[in-house]
Amino acid sequence: MSLSPGELKDVKEFLYKIADDQLIIGHRNSEWTGLGPTLEEDIAFSSIAQDKIGQSQHIYELLHAMGEKHPDTTAFTRNAADFRCSHLTEYPNGEYEFSLMRNFLFNHSEHIRFGMLSTSSVEQLAKLAKKYRGEIKYHVMHSDTWVKQLGRANEESHMRMQKALNDTFNLALGIFEESDFAEALRETKVFEGEQVLQNKWLEEISPILDSASLVIPNKNSWAPAYGGRKGQHTEYLQPLIEEMGAVFRLDPNAEW
Amino acid sequence: MNLPANEDGKEILGSLEEWETFEVFHQKKRGEQHVHVGIVHAAGPDMALIMAKEAFGRRRQTANLWVVRSSAVSATSYDDQDIFETTPEKTYREASDYYCMDKIRKYQQEHGIKDRKEDRRKKKEEKTK
Repeated sequence: MSLSPGELKDVKEFLYKIADDQLIIGHRNSEWTGLGPTLEEDIAFSSIAQDKIGQSQHIYELLHAMGEKHPDTTAFTRNAADFRCSHLTEYPNGEYEFSLMRNFLFNHSEHIRFGMLSTSSVEQLAKLAKKYRGEIKYHVMHSDTWVKQLGRANEESHMRMQKALNDTFNLALGIFEESDFAEALRETKVFEGEQVLQNKWLEEISPILDSASLVIPNKNSWAPAYGGRKGQHTEYLQPLIEEMGAVFRLDPNAEW
Repeated sequence: MNLPANEDGKEILGSLEEWETFEVFHQKKRGEQHVHVGIVHAAGPDMALIMAKEAFGRRRQTANLWVVRSSAVSATSYDDQDIFETTPEKTYREASDYYCMDKIRKYQQEHGIKDRKEDRRKKKEEKTK
């Protein structure tokens, strides 16, 4: 399908949202490299972090082909207000269970998002979905295994995982903040929308959390952390961006 | 088992006591043999597979992985290594005692069959010269 200028703008905004989530959560996860709880997990988690950053790079390349700036420029020179990532991805790491739970909630949202995009009317998006299928499947397997393991291992691990779920849940709901272009994307069958995604996400994570003896916070307490998709971020994003791009900005024209 | 200790006397590996090691077997292509490639620590077989995928499946072609609890492996004893020895005069029981390459090469020459292995060896030799 060929896109009108308006449609192209919407698709680009949509892609920034996805790629910025991947880049920022990938960077946060990469901060665990060398510090993981076991050697094997250190390797696995670092590799997953690399996958996410690689996926964001690919989307930035796609955006570049649509007329946006070079991927490195996009990743390393924008300010926080230009990013469209959700607050979930921005928070500093803290304890390992926080990162595991954040990944669990995020990975399932990606799993469903790309599943929905595999039938998108925009061919490039459908292609992306197919390209990432294996990686995301593994990311989901990894986080499901840890959530089930630690949810049931002993009292302390269970308590920590439940606390991590309570701490991350409203942040995760922020993933599904609708944007102004949502209706247009739905009409042109590009993407069904964040509300559909959130419902499918709840359906997918509920049985896994059940089997891990973990309980989703009561609906009365739901307060989605919105704002990220509009460029309103936590205080943690700007320092992250500065650290992430420090080397690049020393000499933006350097050949690597 | 003696585990290394921290200054406070706590065992460093204490938290891993309930974890096991799993032997990892790697299959390159469907239908080929699984080959032992190493060991991972994990809390159970599911986690062992997740860890094995990154430790051993990431940088090579992989069709399938097996993990087996190390404790499930039975082994001969190194004290009994002498059971593998045979008396020198029974070399006819070893494959290396049979010479047949000259016959194979002769057959190949007579029938115009190219010996790819030989070609590769020659090429390698030329390169190193």
